[in-house]
Formats: sequence, C-alpha cells, structure tokens
Amino acid sequence: MSRRQLILNALLLLAACALPLVVSDYRVFQFNLVLVYAIALLGLNLLTGYNGQISLGHGAFYAIGAYCAAILMDKYGVPYWATLPVAGAVCLLAGFLFGLPALRLEGLYLALATFALGVSLPALLKYHHLEKWTGGVQGIVIAKPDPPFGLPINSDQWLYYFTLAVAIVMFVLAWNLLRGRVGRALVAIRDNHIATEAMGVNNAMFKSLAFGVSAMYTGVAGALGAIAIQYVAPDSFNIFLSIVFLVGIVIGGLASISGAIYGALFIQFVPNIADDISKAAPWAIFGIFLLGFVYVMPMGIAGAVRMGLARLQRKAQNK
Amino acid sequence: MDALLHQVLAGLATGGIYASLALALVMIYQATHLVNFAQGELAMFATYFAWSLVNAGVPYWPAFLLTVIFAFVLGVVIERVIIRPVENAPVLAVVVVFIALLVILNSVTGWIFSYTIKTFPSPFPVEPIFGKYMSAHEAGAIGVTLVVLLLLYAFFRFTPLGLAMRAAAQNPDSARLVGIRVGWMLALGWGLAAAIGGIAGMMVAPIVYLDPNMMGGVLLYAFAAALVGGVDNPGGAVLGGFMVGVLENVLGAFVIGNELKLAVALVLIIGVLVVKPSGFFGKVFVTRV
Amino acid sequence: MKLAPIAAMLAVALASPAAFAQKKYDPGANDKEIRVGNTNPYSGPASAYGTIGKAIGAYWKMVNEQGGINGRKVVWISYDDGYSPPKTVEMVRKLVEQDQVLMVFQTLGTPPNTAIQKYMNMKKVPQSFVATGATKWNDPRNFPWTIGWQPNYQTEGRIYAQHILQNNPKAKIGILYQNDDYGKDYLKGMKDGLGDKVSMIVKEVSFEVTDPTVDSQIVQLQASGADTFFNITTPKFAAQAIRKAYDTGWKPTHYLNNVSTSIASVLKPAGFEKSVGLISTQYLKDPADEQWKDDASIKAWRAFMAKYYPEGNLADGSNVYGYTVAQTLHQVLKQSGDNLTRANVMKKAAALKGYRAETMLPGIRITTDAGDFAPIESVQLIRFDGQQWKRFGQIMGK
Repeated sequence: MSRRQLILNALLLLAACALPLVVSDYRVFQFNLVLVYAIALLGLNLLTGYNGQISLGHGAFYAIGAYCAAILMDKYGVPYWATLPVAGAVCLLAGFLFGLPALRLEGLYLALATFALGVSLPALLKYHHLEKWTGGVQGIVIAKPDPPFGLPINSDQWLYYFTLAVAIVMFVLAWNLLRGRVGRALVAIRDNHIATEAMGVNNAMFKSLAFGVSAMYTGVAGALGAIAIQYVAPDSFNIFLSIVFLVGIVIGGLASISGAIYGALFIQFVPNIADDISKAAPWAIFGIFLLGFVYVMPMGIAGAVRMGLARLQRKAQNK
Repeated sequence: MDALLHQVLAGLATGGIYASLALALVMIYQATHLVNFAQGELAMFATYFAWSLVNAGVPYWPAFLLTVIFAFVLGVVIERVIIRPVENAPVLAVVVVFIALLVILNSVTGWIFSYTIKTFPSPFPVEPIFGKYMSAHEAGAIGVTLVVLLLLYAFFRFTPLGLAMRAAAQNPDSARLVGIRVGWMLALGWGLAAAIGGIAGMMVAPIVYLDPNMMGGVLLYAFAAALVGGVDNPGGAVLGGFMVGVLENVLGAFVIGNELKLAVALVLIIGVLVVKPSGFFGKVFVTRV
Repeated sequence: MKLAPIAAMLAVALASPAAFAQKKYDPGANDKEIRVGNTNPYSGPASAYGTIGKAIGAYWKMVNEQGGINGRKVVWISYDDGYSPPKTVEMVRKLVEQDQVLMVFQTLGTPPNTAIQKYMNMKKVPQSFVATGATKWNDPRNFPWTIGWQPNYQTEGRIYAQHILQNNPKAKIGILYQNDDYGKDYLKGMKDGLGDKVSMIVKEVSFEVTDPTVDSQIVQLQASGADTFFNITTPKFAAQAIRKAYDTGWKPTHYLNNVSTSIASVLKPAGFEKSVGLISTQYLKDPADEQWKDDASIKAWRAFMAKYYPEGNLADGSNVYGYTVAQTLHQVLKQSGDNLTRANVMKKAAALKGYRAETMLPGIRITTDAGDFAPIESVQLIRFDGQQWKRFGQIMGK
C-alpha cells in the first residue's frame, strides 16, 4: 500500500473510532449495521467480484451464521464473542460443500442455483423437525452483550467497537489474501478459466475455497448482525436479503475492498431516504439505481472514486 | 389409491401453471441464451394490464388479445432499451439487470394496484369436470398451454423466421453473415416470451388470485420445470412442468410433508444442473476450447 | 382561637384537585402535541396490511381538524418495516431515540413485535395495542409496557373447539394452517380447547405463503376422512381453500379463522355459493356486509374515509380495524388528560372498563386491568348464509 493510502486508511480508522463518541446511540446502532453489511459484502465480493461466481443466495449464509450465534447463545449459553469462530467455521464448511456441485455451473446457471437456495432457505429454517433448535417460526430472542471490564461506555457503543475490531481483522485478512498468489489466481480464473486450467492452476480447489471463504465472511457478518438486532426469525432471511447484498456489491464496486464499505453505506441508508420519498417505492428505487449503475458506473462507487482520484493525480502531474 | 390419484390430478393442475411459465422461460432462452429472472414479474404485470381492461368493461377475449399484444410490445421495448446496453457485458451485468427488472416490476405494480388480492375472470365454464378432481378452468389452462406449445413448435420448426431466431441465438456472428438482423431477432424473442408469459399469467390468475406476488412462488418451480425438461426444449419444459407439479404434490402429501416442497424445487434445480444440465429432453452442447 | 377553622378551610382548599392540576410530560408530549410512533409493512409481501397504518393516520388528521385531544395535536410518525424484524428494530429505535415519540402504537406483525418487545420494556416506552393476535402480549408481569388489542388467536381457536365439542362430539377434525406464528397460535388454541379430546384431530396440514395454491393440502384433508375443517389461512389462501373444499365435493363443517372473514376479499373471490355455512367469529362490523348498510357507525366511517382517506378501499375490513383501534387510543389519551407520562398512558390503557366503539359488533366491549392486558376478549360467532354473516349464539369469551 502506498504511503498516501496508508494515511487515508489511518484517518478513516480514526474517524470510525471516534464516531460513537459524537453521535447518538441510534446512529451508533445504524453504523454498527453498516460494519456488519460491509463484512457480508466483502464476502460476496470475494466470490462474485474477484472470482466471477455469481451468487444470488448469500442471504442463506448470513442466515446460517445468524442462527449459529443465536442458538449457541440462547440454548447453550455460549458468550457472544465465541459464537463468531463457530459461525465462521460452519459457514466455511457449508460454503465449501455448496461450492463443490457449483463447480460445474457457469454464470447464469450458478445464479439460478444460488437463487433457488436463497428462495427456499426460510422454509428450511421453519422445518418443524429443527424447531427445537431454531425456534421455528417464533425465532430466537437473544440478550444484548454488556461492555466488559466495566468500561464507561454503553452496550451500543461496545458492540460497535467489537464489530469494528472484527471488521478490521477481516478486511486486513482479505486484503492480504487478494494481493497475493491466491488473489491473482481467483481473478485469473474469473477472466479466463480455460487458460488457468491449461496453466496448471487447480481451478476446482480455488473456486470451492472461494465459495467457502466467501460464505465464512458472510456467516460471521450474520452472527454479528444477530447480536446487534438481538433477534433471529425465518422472515428476516428471505430472497430479498440476497438481492440486497447483490445491490450492495454492484453499487459499491465489484472486485474492490473499499466497495464493500460504500455498498454497505448505500444499503443501510438509502432505503430510509427512499421511505421519505414514497412508502411503496424503496425497492423500485433500488432497481433503478441498479440499472443506473450497471449502465453508467459499472465499476461502482469504488471505481468512480478510483477514476476520480487518478484524474486528479494526472492533473497534478501535468501542472 | 384414490387419494394418490387425486393428488396426481391436483399435481397436473398446478403443473399446468408451472408449465405455462416454463414455456416463457424456454422461449427467452431459445432466443437469447439467457435465463430471465424477471419473467414471472413480467407475466404478472401483463396480467394486471388485462385486469385493468376487464375492470373497465372490456369483454374477456378482446382483453386477452390486447394483453398479448401489450406484453409483446413491452417485451420488445425492454429488450431494445434495457437489455441491449448489456448485451456484450459480462454475465453478472445481465443478471443484475434481470434482478433490477424483477424488483422494479414488483414494486411498481404493488404501488399502482395495491396488494389486496383481485379476482381474475376465466373464459372457461365454472363447473368442475373430471369428477371433482380438476376444475374446468384448470383443464382449460392446460389446453391453452398445449396449444401455445404446438404453435411455438410449428413456428421454430417450419417458419423461416423461427429458423432465423434460432440461428441468431446459437451463433450471432454467423447469423449476421447470412443477413439475419440479430438485434431484431433478440427483440422478437423477448416479445414472444413476454406474450407467452402474459398468457400464462392470465391462465394462472383465476386459480391463485391476482396479487403482485402471484408469480413469486411459481417462478422457482417453473425454473425447475424448465431445467428438468431441458432449457432449450419447449415440449420438455411443459412436460417438466407437469412432472414437477405431480412430484411436488405427491412428495408433499405422502413422503416429506408440506414444509419442504420448496426444497424439492431446490434439489431438482441443483440436481439437474449438476448431473444432467441439458435436462431430460434437451440437447447436449459441447464447447470446444 | 378562630384561626383553626380558617386554617382548616385553607388546608382543604390547598388540597383540592385544582391545586394539583399540573401538567406532566414525558418525551414526546408537550402543550401542543402528542407524538405517536408506528411501523407498518408498506412494502413487501405483507403490504396489504399497510392500509391500517394509513387509516390510522387519516383518523388523526380528522381528530386534529376537530381540535385535537385535550387541545393537543397528534403527530403520527409511521415508518415502513417491510414486515422484516431487523428493519422494525431499526425503525422503532429511530422513533424512540431520534423522533422522541411518547409511545409506539399498533406495530404490526408477531415477528416484528417480538423483535422490539425487550427493547421497549427496557426503555419503558409503551408498545401499545399491537396489531397481532398472538397470545404472548398479555403478560403484564414480565412485559408491563406491552399490551395487545384484538382477540387473540388462541382464544378464538378454543372457542371453535368448544363449539365442536358442544355440537358434534364425534367430529373428525382436519386442520389447514399457515406455517408461521399466526397459524401455530390458532392451532395451539384449538388443541388446548379440545383438551383430552385432542385425538379428534385426524389430520393437520401446513402450507407456506410461497406455495402457489393449497389445493394439494385440501385434497390431503379430504382423503383423511375429516368431516370438520378448521381453516387457518390468510385471505388469498382462504379463498382458494373455500373454493377447493367445495369443488372437490368435500363440504365439511367449515370453521374459518377471523383474519379471513372479509366478504369482499375472501368470500366473493371464493364464490358466495361456495361459502354458505362457513362459521367464524367476529368483533368488528364488515363494511361490505349488507346488514350494516344503513348502520350509523358504518355511515360515519364511510364519511370519514371519503374525507380523510379517499384512496382507501371501502370494502376492506382493515380500514374499519384501523379506525376502531385508533378510537381506542384516542380514548386512552383523552383520559390521560394533562398527565402525559408514559407510565400514566399505560395505566389508563390498563384501566378501560367496558369501553366500546360503535364499529364493534353489538355486545363487544374492551376491558383491561392491571393483570389483564387483553383488551378485546369477547367475540361473536357468525355464520355465512350466502349473503351476510349472521350472528348466532351469545358473545363468547369474556
């Protein structure tokens, strides 16, 4: 990372840390959700943006992560922070397993298969044989974690810092992964999988791993989301959640880490603005934004920012 | 035994619903090699147009005809205006556009017409036939689907236009070389698919009642049906629709319970895609590298 | 000395209520306004119910035009939650923490309300007259800030069970239920009502709202040999079930849950001749029912709709529901007078003795007390005769 990027990131980090101290609890809660979505979108972007495998069902992994956290906390009294590794591991496995048959599916067909997963998941969550654990249609209510060591902050703020810490770790991990050999392999597979196969890259392994890691990220996000909302129910995890994630990465910027943050801000705050415009319109506005970005800004906000910065740099150089 | 027969017949009735939408999906695929996620919403929107006409006093069959024309034009316009810009874009862009269409159509319809259910008239007599196992409308809807299927088959097999469309979808570059206007073939394909979808919607609405989420549940089963039958084979798709309907009903009633019916669709879709992507009746395509 | 009687008089004068007429406010109330918050599904699959929020908003518009409540205008802040619990949590937090409402009223749906229940009770903000019939809102000991309104589903299920036991003790019962909290609540009510005769249920079948039709389920129920049918479905599926039960020639004794009794949205699409003999319960007047054509309260309601909510559907019972529940809150706020603290509002909500709005069926009243957070507990059995819902029997429940 260049020195300038490093400074920018440090400033951003500072701002993120200072945030809860200056805004109301309600805003802290909202930004907590932004961080949660950012992790989820990073997961989806890993798979779809960097590796080219389209997933319309990532809401399912978010749901699995959320239910892991809820079941562990409610039925087994596991402390909230310990549910994250478990949620991550379960989703890593689930994603990998789903990725195996998905290896044979290209583009639209993979989209279709993941779409089917996204549509059918709520019904699976309500399955009465699983009711003992999932709480069935009633869902599970979980308790809000208190700040540890008697720190002088309230639970909203504590949860925000906790989520922020997790987010930083996961973003750094992803950044490391993507700029190394693995990242290059993923992108190469996306752009020309025949060539990579011919070159000796193990396509199958990379693609399945991409699925697994992507699911793990989104699963951890789901767990964090469940802890923030304090409630999981099948109704929360329908196909529209998966579609919202897709909207997030397209608008935020595909194949971009910062895109996850832009996308998360978008999906968290735009529906509220849309609500003010028209009660029935939020989804129509999502749809129109989607179309707009696909035609006009296919690289998303991240891409636009990058181009904008590059242009400024060139102007400065030309002077 | 009687219960089983009854479930099978009920399955054929719902299967008819899936078959009619699957036909529209196959139509789009044959013309453009794309799987359209918004097909159900397009069909639903056209049905609301029909409902508005009927509500304004237009008799059934003229409203039917006008709706088919409206849907056709809508399909062509969507292809030219919305799909065209992403024709050569990566697949993800296309998928995103489809999803955008889906949500826009759904929310706009809800906004204009509200979400309370509406009745939609049926051109068929009201009394049930086949004993009490299937209503006349359900039987009539199946009949209409088969008629559309035959017309489609004849169109693709025996008319030069149908041949041109298949050529444009399969190999656009070569098709251009022989003088086929590929762009208009794609638009035509979309128009036809939208029209078929509109017919499907008008057949489905009297059974499930008209509301903006009418096609939501049907779409996944229709996808399963199209895949099972072969996504490039209209006859296969219709057969697939019946198979899915019967399977879903019988499994739901006797084997796995009603909660997992949607999971049946999921398993079918993934199973077919992984094991036999061309479906039972489709052609296998081998791509040379 | 003669000072004593004067002192006594002064003491009495000072102690009189007039001296204690101070105003007490919690956030959300002041001399000019009372802020009431709400979430409703204005978008998404449950948005048919969004008309309730709009009807209530229209009611406050009318009240404000007529001078408000004790001279204060009602500020109605209603957000869309799309029936999604995470969204409900976010919007309710906005209402309480940012918009500073006095209370939250008529939040709709059991999962959305479950999601906010703990928060509301922790923050000590009234979660009042929630728009769901789930039984769990009547729990003042554990959740003193949450109160329901409509007759709860379990009570209704028990009433049908009682009716079956009284009229057809040898019945074979088949049940169709929507696979969610609402369906399961009704199911439990019926099972509890049957007690040790629960084996009368020969078949129970569920369905999902994503299912295109429930025809297969009806066929399953018919095949089980049931002669009595408890139909727990929302309007779209209720219409399908009624039609299919008739078409297949099954014709059981048919109990229909209260949520789907609308003549315009359910019985008409199903077919009036196919709906003859349906038994249900009701507590409000159905605006599409001929028998209330000239009823004074329905006429007043129609005038209200025409002036304040003209785009609302005059055949939709949800609009009568919204109007009636708003009247209930109106009464509570009126009785709170100048003491507009959250605690006092809850106190007044828990002290309604036999209150009645005229759009309720004759004989139905609202009663609450410190241990009874179920305002409407009485319902009227009704039977459809092909044109109207005819009341029969006495008011059941409390």
